[in-house]
Amino acid sequence: MRIIKAGIQDTVQDLGRYGYQQAGINPSGAMDRYAMQVANALVGNELHEAVLELHFPSSVILFTRPLMIAITGADFSSSINGEPVPLNQGIVVNKNDALQFHRPVSGARSYLAVQGGFQMNHWLESQSTNLKATAGGYEGRALRKGDELICRTEGEYSKYLNGKNFRILPWTADHQSGDNSKEILILPGKEWDRLPAASRERFLGTPFLITKLADRMGFHLGNEPLDILPGEELVSSAVTFGTIQLLPDGKLIILMADHQTTGGYPCVAHVITAHHSKLAQKRSAEALHFKMTDLETAEQLLQKQQQHIKQLQNACLFKLQPYA
Amino acid sequence: MGYVRVTKKHIIFNNTPMTTPTLSYQLFPLGDSALTLDWGNRIDEAINLEVMARYQQFRHQQFPGFIEAVPAYSSLTVYYDPVFIRKLLPAEGTAFNYVRERITEIMAVELTYKETNSRMVRIPVCYDASLSPDLEHILEENKITVEELISLHTGRIYRVYMMGFLPGFAYMGEVDEQLAMARKLRPKSTKAGSVGIAGRQTGIYPFTSPGGWQIIGMTPIELFNRNRKEPTLLQAGDRVQFYSIDKYEFAHY
Repeated sequence: MRIIKAGIQDTVQDLGRYGYQQAGINPSGAMDRYAMQVANALVGNELHEAVLELHFPSSVILFTRPLMIAITGADFSSSINGEPVPLNQGIVVNKNDALQFHRPVSGARSYLAVQGGFQMNHWLESQSTNLKATAGGYEGRALRKGDELICRTEGEYSKYLNGKNFRILPWTADHQSGDNSKEILILPGKEWDRLPAASRERFLGTPFLITKLADRMGFHLGNEPLDILPGEELVSSAVTFGTIQLLPDGKLIILMADHQTTGGYPCVAHVITAHHSKLAQKRSAEALHFKMTDLETAEQLLQKQQQHIKQLQNACLFKLQPYA
Repeated sequence: MGYVRVTKKHIIFNNTPMTTPTLSYQLFPLGDSALTLDWGNRIDEAINLEVMARYQQFRHQQFPGFIEAVPAYSSLTVYYDPVFIRKLLPAEGTAFNYVRERITEIMAVELTYKETNSRMVRIPVCYDASLSPDLEHILEENKITVEELISLHTGRIYRVYMMGFLPGFAYMGEVDEQLAMARKLRPKSTKAGSVGIAGRQTGIYPFTSPGGWQIIGMTPIELFNRNRKEPTLLQAGDRVQFYSIDKYEFAHY
């Protein structure tokens, strides 16, 4: 497939590059790993296969051979050759079909999986693009006009197209993971206890707006400054996806997929892993409502989410059998 | 250790066994998929030696669900896969408790010696004002001459306490008190290869990046190369010594 018009920041991402944080190499990986895995399940891939992560305005993509694809995550009102196509469904596309995204209806990141994945070298065991190290993915950078991505598929799709330009497969992934709550669940960070009672109350009782500074590295929140009790200055230590740090000006930042490996700001809380997906789809000016939970609940929710994806993967493999 | 052309001549191996008692630590969750062992929020060589020794131990005694461990100044963070671990557990157990138990077992094994990965890496630095935007400022603030600065900065062997901030960025210390400098109030664009000072730490920017450290020189050496088997020149536990080169040597390095 070929990029015929560049998007604002579209990159190849998988489940991330782990094992190298001790060298300062941040893990990268898809922001919404739930949507990314659903996309893979829909086309019969391994769940960790690399996909395209698209931001709006997104790339315009021309398919240079028949392929099976799926689009999940944010709704950017996609069309193929001008005809609207749905999210969360497999689509068999034909040679010369053009995929476009028209407007950001909901969510912040869309995922495009292709059956068989992309033919692309692994860098340190992962295909994720690391923009800081300019390595991994497609030449270590966001996709540009003219880039050609080779798909590893061996599928023979022409018999399902019957001369049509594309075909939408007749089953839909239920994208709800059984968790429709508007709250973002958090766990206390090491410095949670350094927040005075009033700051803690505000943390859990008032909405926090996401500012314009919200990207793959982190979301800056536009809160009134929060107080913190004085304590010794912190030496740097490891942080993780979902860590909420309190900056010296009293504002909060949530670290996302491209976060630095270490940091020296107080870690007041952590967004639970099961809610990273929900968080990754929030846009600037949207409000976040934090609610405290416990480790047991956080682990259970993550386990349920992963079970749901596994069930979906099995159902899709069954449905895809006639297409194999 | 397979190091390549660019760096080989700078690296000398020297493994020094040491004996010290196990230090006390605190363990706390870092979200739901990692936990941190904390030896007390300090920049202290004895603590960092313990961190590195435990880091090596964790890498060699991996438990099911272990993803990776990340050493820092006085802490060690262990990342794990809670979904994988919960499949191994009876219904009521948490992955966190499981990992805490595994780690407590490993920590109960007293380290008979701490073998540090003490490679010595020599790094050329050009301390010319044309390459060092903050050199004049630091000379003025600390009331020293450029010769004194060079002699102080090259006169010590530094320890790489940890890696972080950027791929391949090494936090090294500690510089002489006469070189200590507070960070800039606002980060400025800093060129790849810039050698900086923050407090009593010194470090080198592997990439051009916004940065708050005060820049006193520049190295022509590549700190990061994605095509090397080990992409970063430095690792936590390394020893580093800088040596001064002039503008001509820098340009022709």
